[in-house]
Amino acid sequence: MRTFKAVWWRHAILLLVVVFALVPIAFVVSAALNPLGTLNTAEIYPTGASLNNFKNLFSDPSHSFGLWFVNSIFIALAASFASVFLSVCAAYSFSRMRFKGRRVGLLSLLLIQMFPQFLAVVAIFVVFTEVNELYPTFGFDSIWGLLLLYLGGALGVNTYLMKGFLDTVPRELDESATVDGASHAQIFWRIILPLVAPVLAVTAMLSFITTINEFLIANIFLREDDAKTLALGMFGLLGPDSRNANFGIFAAGTLLTAIPTVSVFLWLQRYIVSGLTMGAVKG
Amino acid sequence: MSFLVSRIATLAITAAILFYAVPPLIGAQAWVALAILAAAAGGVAYLYLTPKHIAAKYLVPGTIFLIIFQVLPILYTFTVAFTNLGDGHRGSKQEAIAAIERESLVEIPDAPDYALTVALADDKVVFLLVDQDTKAVQVGTVEGLSKLDGAEVGVTGKVLSAPGYEIIQASERDADVQALVVPTPRGAIKSSGLSRAIELEAKRKYDAQCDCVVEGGKSWNADDARGYFVDSDGNNLIQGWKVNVGWANFTRTFSDPNISGHFLGVLIWNLVFALSSVALTFALGMAVALALHSPRMRGTRIYRTILILPYAMPSFAMLLVWRDMFNRDFGLLNRVLGTDLDWLGTPTGARLGLLMVNLWLGFPYMFLVATGALQAIPRELTEASGMDGASPWQSFRRVTLPLLLIALTPLLIASFAFNFNNFNLVRFVTNGGPYAVDNSLVGKTDLLITYTYRLAFEGGQGQLGFAAAISTFIFAIVATISTIAFRRTRAQEEVYS
Repeated sequence: MRTFKAVWWRHAILLLVVVFALVPIAFVVSAALNPLGTLNTAEIYPTGASLNNFKNLFSDPSHSFGLWFVNSIFIALAASFASVFLSVCAAYSFSRMRFKGRRVGLLSLLLIQMFPQFLAVVAIFVVFTEVNELYPTFGFDSIWGLLLLYLGGALGVNTYLMKGFLDTVPRELDESATVDGASHAQIFWRIILPLVAPVLAVTAMLSFITTINEFLIANIFLREDDAKTLALGMFGLLGPDSRNANFGIFAAGTLLTAIPTVSVFLWLQRYIVSGLTMGAVKG
Repeated sequence: MSFLVSRIATLAITAAILFYAVPPLIGAQAWVALAILAAAAGGVAYLYLTPKHIAAKYLVPGTIFLIIFQVLPILYTFTVAFTNLGDGHRGSKQEAIAAIERESLVEIPDAPDYALTVALADDKVVFLLVDQDTKAVQVGTVEGLSKLDGAEVGVTGKVLSAPGYEIIQASERDADVQALVVPTPRGAIKSSGLSRAIELEAKRKYDAQCDCVVEGGKSWNADDARGYFVDSDGNNLIQGWKVNVGWANFTRTFSDPNISGHFLGVLIWNLVFALSSVALTFALGMAVALALHSPRMRGTRIYRTILILPYAMPSFAMLLVWRDMFNRDFGLLNRVLGTDLDWLGTPTGARLGLLMVNLWLGFPYMFLVATGALQAIPRELTEASGMDGASPWQSFRRVTLPLLLIALTPLLIASFAFNFNNFNLVRFVTNGGPYAVDNSLVGKTDLLITYTYRLAFEGGQGQLGFAAAISTFIFAIVATISTIAFRRTRAQEEVYS
């Protein structure tokens, strides 16, 4: 009882925030289950339950939700794996080696990220018009081209986070390994990478979330319906004429889109807190 | 051993990329690109074959992508900021002249009437033209007209066979047939329908002597400072060309009252928005993290899982859901509360609404990082301050908060930079609105970036040069604020450590 007295205000605050966090999500769940499937009949609690919206999502020939889903998952997974790898390599070098231009390099990485990227779409358009002619595999409407583009942002805040984490791994470890005759590559693969697994998990998840939500560049780049990602396709579902009518389908799609992210999050939860801690403290 | 394997692997990958990339470049005769590619491949091969330059070995892969897809576009944007690139100013002067002449083509009344037969020569579409009066046969190509002997002409004027040409149906290569323009001394011959061709003449012609465009007695002189052909009254032809305008795009931001009035207002709201977003999300995230940060708390796992859900939901979709919850006619808020409020219809309502949506989206991230940072603060510190007689509030204010701030400042700055350019939020929830009745260009919730986007890509504006200049401003503002904040943290860190 005494314990509860001491912590009741904590529960009070938390419950308030929980309500705030859950209201829109409850609305989406109820709208997805709502058999009528329109915006003006959706309530915060379900007034009936049917899986019609989910069925329509996949069966309606006017949109290819299945393909969008596959496109998005593929591109988010591939981009996050590749960018985590590129960024941990760079972080290793920034953390463990001293070279000319190291400080400038670190600062420029941060500053480059602050440039509003969207105007770059003009330049990207110019570049990829050429690429389209020469290498159609990587041109417009191709996931591979978009993937390359996303890798341009691989080095950035994530590199900072990882560098901070790597700084906390004692240098004595590398030094003793060097004495035992290990090369820098062996130290990197066998010692460093396993030790920094938590921060790899965090950055992979952050990058997964960013990629799956990216709209602007994908919007310029992918023009055919079948090549679209979830963000593009679902935005199209709520077009000006179909905003009210398609809301149930849209809500169902939102829930399905959340499944991969939420499961990745639950799976990595343990790592995520510790990963962000270390990186943040030493950032 | 692993030394050798990694060397071979690197070389194999480089070779494979070259093997894929080179043939199309040779085909297109893109020698400059080829030279750059060869130099890059040589550099990479050298880097990974020599035992020196270890740091570069780890930096180069990410940097290559960074340079191609981020640094080059940024540099391109900088250069665009000094030009008038945009609708009507896309290409060179030659291209503008060609377009002006092409668009003023009209049929010459007394020109011969040609029967058209489409044929292929070396897989290129050519016109076989029969003059309906004289029955003379000519070949029309992109180079011009030439006489053709030995052709067999049918009664309708169609060519049935001709030595060296393969006769085809016009519909087989429809696009090529429509695109083919045969230059003639007076103008050009184009197809008109599938079996007829006509000679056209440009009403407007470029005259190199006066560097002007002439039509009848009128003339438009080239204005190389603005990239337009202008007549004596100061009216210009629509088609212009790209010229360097120096700092005009930058000074225009301050000198043009239509823009400077909005620019300042948008900038202030932009700063308020970014700072409040960071402050609100951090305050709520930290409050939640503090509430959970007690060894006596039960159910932390379940709280944590629920509180993280807003971050894990697809944000683009949730932005649209929020927008529709605010909807006046169908929205949830009005129906649940029984009100008829136009939530996003007033400037204050829309601004508060945006901040609330951003709080909902952003606090879980702050909660996560604050939890991490809290766990890294040794408990002895707060306990010691408690023993020294500090109240819980004092020990939070004097010990916990400063330590948290030091640890989290880099992330807070990153969050500021992100929110300063939070395009998706404004674009999806309010799209910059509400707009004043007399001004559809700037809305009350527009950030610089959404405003710029509209200038650059929407409403037939297409002022890319000007948009690039504003982007450069945005960059300067965010970079300055961030750099100052970083300097200050570093100074603080030295004080505390």
